[in-house]
Parts: sequence; C-alpha cells; structure tokens
Amino acid sequence: MLEIKNLHVEVEGQPILNGIDLTVPKGEVHAIMGPNGSGKSTLSYVIAGKDDYDITKGDILWNGESILEMDPAERVAAGVFLAFQYPIEIPGVATMTFLRTAINSVRKARDEEELSIPDMMKLIQSQAKQLAVKPEMLKRGLNVGFSGGEKKRMEILQMALLNPGMCILDETDSGLDIDALRIVSEGVNALRGPDRSMLVITHYQRLLNYIVPDKVHVMSDGKIVKTGGKELALELEESGYAEYDEDAA
Amino acid sequence: MAAVKETVEQVKDIDVDKYKYGFTTDIEMVKAPKGLNEDIVRFISEKKEEPAWMLEWRLDAFERWKTMAEPEWANLTYKKPDFQDLYYYAAPKSTEGPKSLDEVDPELLETYAKLGIPLKEQAVLAGVEGARVAIDAVFDSVSVVTTFKDELAKAGVIFCSISEAMREHPELIQKYLGTVVPKSDNFYATLNSAVFSDGSFVYIPPGVRCPMELSTYFRINEENTGQFERTLIIADKGSYVSYLEGCTAPMRDENQLHAAVVELIALDDAEIKYSTVQNWYPGDKDGKGGVFNFVTKRGDCRGKNSKISWTQVETGSAITWKYPSCILRGDNSQGEFYSIAISNGMQQVDSGTKMVHLGKNTSSRIISKGISAGKSSNTYRGLVSAHRKASQARNFTQCDSLLIGDLCSAHTVPYIEAKNSSATFEHEATTSKISDDQMFYAQARGLNEEEAVALIVNGFAREVIQQLPMEFMAETQKLIGISLEGSVG
Repeated sequence: MLEIKNLHVEVEGQPILNGIDLTVPKGEVHAIMGPNGSGKSTLSYVIAGKDDYDITKGDILWNGESILEMDPAERVAAGVFLAFQYPIEIPGVATMTFLRTAINSVRKARDEEELSIPDMMKLIQSQAKQLAVKPEMLKRGLNVGFSGGEKKRMEILQMALLNPGMCILDETDSGLDIDALRIVSEGVNALRGPDRSMLVITHYQRLLNYIVPDKVHVMSDGKIVKTGGKELALELEESGYAEYDEDAA
Repeated sequence: MAAVKETVEQVKDIDVDKYKYGFTTDIEMVKAPKGLNEDIVRFISEKKEEPAWMLEWRLDAFERWKTMAEPEWANLTYKKPDFQDLYYYAAPKSTEGPKSLDEVDPELLETYAKLGIPLKEQAVLAGVEGARVAIDAVFDSVSVVTTFKDELAKAGVIFCSISEAMREHPELIQKYLGTVVPKSDNFYATLNSAVFSDGSFVYIPPGVRCPMELSTYFRINEENTGQFERTLIIADKGSYVSYLEGCTAPMRDENQLHAAVVELIALDDAEIKYSTVQNWYPGDKDGKGGVFNFVTKRGDCRGKNSKISWTQVETGSAITWKYPSCILRGDNSQGEFYSIAISNGMQQVDSGTKMVHLGKNTSSRIISKGISAGKSSNTYRGLVSAHRKASQARNFTQCDSLLIGDLCSAHTVPYIEAKNSSATFEHEATTSKISDDQMFYAQARGLNEEEAVALIVNGFAREVIQQLPMEFMAETQKLIGISLEGSVG
C-alpha cells in the first residue's frame, strides 16, 4: 500500500505540490489526471526519489514505512517502480546489458540469488516477446534511436522484469499511436494482480479505456481536488479541466 | 573458452575496492646501489651477461642522456624525479635459474594469483585449444617465467625475455633494437636505452599467424625501483601477432618512475595488434605517491600493406605521459590507435598518438575516449602528419571527452600537418558530462551510483573496449568501474 500524506514539495523555493493526500491500497489501480503543470510528473519523480526536489512537509509511506530517506535504487528494490514519461538514452550500453545489470542489482538488494546468464536471457526474452520487443532491439544502445512506442514498451518491459509491488506510470500514453497504446496497455494489464498496486498518471482519458482504474483522482495546482470512480475520467473528457483550474485559483 | 572464463572468475574474485592491488610481496631482492653512473650501466649489463656490443650501446645512450633535459611541453605538473635517488636494478633472488613453474617462489605465484593472472592454473591445467595466453611474466625487472614456449617454438615464434634474446638471437636484436625508437629519441627513451632491465622479445617468422595471444603482466614491486622495461616485437612478412600487456602496482608512498620503451616492427603484409591495460597506483586522494609513467611506444609499419593497431586502457598512474605512435612507412600501410584514458582524484594524463604518414595510400584511425573525474586533468595530444610523398594519406580522428563532476578538466590538443595536397584528414571532437537524468534513470532501475557511473562510462568507451581481446574485456569493464569509485556523490 502506498500512502502519501500531506506532501509539500518545492523546487528552488517555488511550491509545486501543496499538500497531496493519496492512498493506493494493495492490488488497486488508481489514475491521476490533471492539466499540464498541475504537478503530476513532479509527484512521480518525488515518489521515485529524484534529487532537485525539497520536501518541505509530509511523508510517503510504502507498506507502512517512509521511503523519503531511501535513494532511488533502494526504492525500486523495495518495490516502487517508475515508468518514465521520457525514457533516457544511454549510448553504448546495450539494452540487454542494462536489463541484466538492473535485474541482478535489484535481486541482490532483495537478498535474492543473482540469475545466471542463461536464466536471465530466458526471462528477458519471454517477457520481451509479450511486449513485441524484438530481439534486435535488445542489442541496441538503451533507448537510442528507439521510436516513441519502442521506448514505452521498453519501460513496461523493465517494469515487468523488476517485479515491483507499486508501479507508477508517468504519461505512458504520450506519443503513442493507437496500436502502440494497445500493446503497452495489454502489457500493463498483464501485470495487474492482487499484490500489485498501480498509479497511472495521464492527461487523457483515452489510456483509461485500456487500463481501467479502480479510482480516479484529479490533480490541480499541486493538490488532489477530486476523487471518484472510473466514470470521473469520462466526465473530464467531456468538460475538460477548466473547472478545476478555477477551483485551484 | 575455459581459460578465459577462469580468468574472468579470478578477476571477479579479486577484492577490488579502491586500489586493492596495493600489496607487496616479501621476496628477497638483489639490488644495485642507488643512483646512476657509468658503473651502474656496466653493472646491469654484466649482471645480465650481455655481449660487449650491448654494453657499448648502453654506454652510448648514457652519454647522450647526460646532455638531455626532461621534456616540459606536456600538460603535467609534478616534482621531477631525482634520478640519483633511484635504484636502477632490482631482481628477485629466487629467479636465478628456475627451469619450470615448480621452481618459482610460491609467494611470487601467490602474488600473481591475487592479481588474477592466469599463469600456472589456467595456462597449464586448462590446456584449452584456441584460448591460450602465453605469459612472459615480469616481476620487477627480470622475466621470471615463460610459459608455452614449446608450442610457440613449434610455430617458429620466439617469445622470450629481451636479455635471453640478446644471448640466443643476437642477430635479431642487433638488426632491430633501437630502429624504431632510436637510443637518443627522447629523454626517457634514452634513459631506458642506458639502463633497461628486461622486457619481452617477440619474433614472428614469415607467414606465421601466432597461435595464441601473447601476454606480459608487469608489476612494480620493490620500493624506489625505477622500471625500465624494453619490449621489441617483430612481425616478419605476412605474419600476425596479438600482444597483451597488463599492469598493476602495489601501494607506495613514494613516487615510482616507470620509463618503458616498446618498439614494434611490421614488415610487408604483417599485422601487430598491441593491447595495454594499465592500472598502476594513481596516488592517494591528495595526489601523494603514485606511479610516474613516461613511456615511449612506437610502431613502424616498415613493409607495404602492413598494419599496427594500438589499444590502450589507461586507468592508473599519478602521471601518464604516453603516445603510442605509428610510422606509416610502407605503401598501403595502416595505423590504428584506440584509447580509453581515465583520470580520477589528482591524476594527470597527457596521452595520445602520432600517425606519421610517409608511404603512399596509407591510412590511420584514432579513437580516443578520455574520462576525467575528481580533480584530475586529462589531455589528448595527437599528431597526424603527411609527408609530401605520402599521396592519398587518410586519417580519421575522433576525440571524445567525458567529464564527471565539476573540478576536473579535459583538453584536446590535435596537431595536423599535411604536406601533401591529396591527404584527407578528418577530426571530430566532443566534450560531454554524465547527465543527472542518465544517473537518475539508471538508479531508478536499481543500480547504485557507482554501478550507474561504471555502466554509463563503459557505454561511452564501448567502441574502444570492443577492440580489446576477449581476455581483457571483462577485466577492463570492471577496472573502469573501480577507477571511478568515489567520483560521484
């Protein structure tokens, strides 16, 4: 279970998050929707442990324990995974090498045995197949020259391989055409389960047709301003965010 | 492959935290007194039972050296060594006459084991076809053990210490020694010519493809011992050899001087591939101690269609002054230089290459990857020149620098001289920093800071790492990580 309590965050003295309260129980999928600049991406980075953010108040608990003092690697080992909106290119590092390093680093941190190379290859290849990631892609530099769809599939592949309990998907639908959206969503849905929570951050309702959330939160000006069921996403699609922007102002 | 795997396993087993190769071996040493004069030169020559012509050669070099001054053009700042305060000859006592590995001081073998050197175990026990590495292990100044001699002999390959070559193959030494790096070439090379202690000698006969990678591990052990290795490799017509050189040194408080000379000669249609991994003690975090590495390495593509390829991974030493070069004398000859130079802490590197195009239709390629971290300084210095007769000379140079942190520096000093209008020289250079985004991304996937840096830097240097023989690849990737420990955060 992820609990965010009265979270206040500033960047260079500028308040971005102004008291976020949010709980994602075990096994549930929640969506956060909101206009650009409402602090959605900041929230995802803060949960994942990126520097450059000052947490001035509040706490983030994962399974009852604060993760604020943990570095990003410790958080992913604890089970909190962020799929990036803009995955980063690392030239010269073969994707396969990166995946292997990541898997074994996480396994080591979890006191699990490191996988042998053949076991590793089998695991990666079978998951890759489900996400239509071609073997050729695994040989290329990580995210280098990948299309938008390929990058997002790679994020979901990493998510599947690192076996997190909490998945945060930051605008996973951005830059995807309809076919890519379907493949990525199927990949995400395959990972849904009673032991895994998800926080799906998106600007558009479209993604939520594929990944149907248990709850939808509307975020504006660094706060959760409304919470409802999946139908709330449809309402937003009709009315837009204008109402909430005014509320916040 | 088994031998390769064992090597990799052994390297893994070495507990490599910071500079963990900082141990010394307690073996009795035979030393010449401190300081340098004509008597010392005579002592060395006598100790090695050299012929008279060799002594004359050394004495001539010594006379010339006395008139020379240390070069000061490099982008390096250091206290010049006191040449009268060094030992010029030190040999482990136990080396007087081991005929086989069994006779070698076990403590010595243990040192190698700690370093993960596949000497006895891998070479002898594994006995695997295709993946063999013969080692002419150099312990301080004297070659101790040479393995695989018999098999090499079958192929007609000569691989021995240079002192042995002087006795057994004087005609080859007299014909080739000092023909690439003349004895008065530069201050350090001349000093080496006068006092060189030992090193490797390789001769590959015409048409022979050397059946295995040849490898020498250097290790500076005795306190205050100047190291003056001399290596000479000759690839006769139509032959091929790949040679590996790797080094580590124990932790010391005093600066240690190393001034090696390596000469390569490739005759018609011959190819030499020379790979180095250098990991000498770089000094502590304040720059105290550390090896001074002033090396002259030069290859002569003497024959037509010959090729010489240098690959170097420089991670150690307090001071590195090193420019493995190619003289492209033969028509259609090719020179290559692939380099990874990593500096961290207070290290200073001034390294690069010279590609001297003399023959027609010669080509050269330079790929240099400099990585600076800590408060270090990393300079690429390269010369590409085309003689007026070198028509259609071609060069491609790529110099990339990667900075980690904001206290280090990277410099690129390319010299280009084309005296021939048909020459085509290309130069590309980039300077970049490891971005916070890359670091965060890798960390968000479970890598700690040091793993993330090592991975990103290995990616940056990949083009060069791929040039290394299999035996060195895994070791190098590990070394890169070790060298950059503590460079972030």
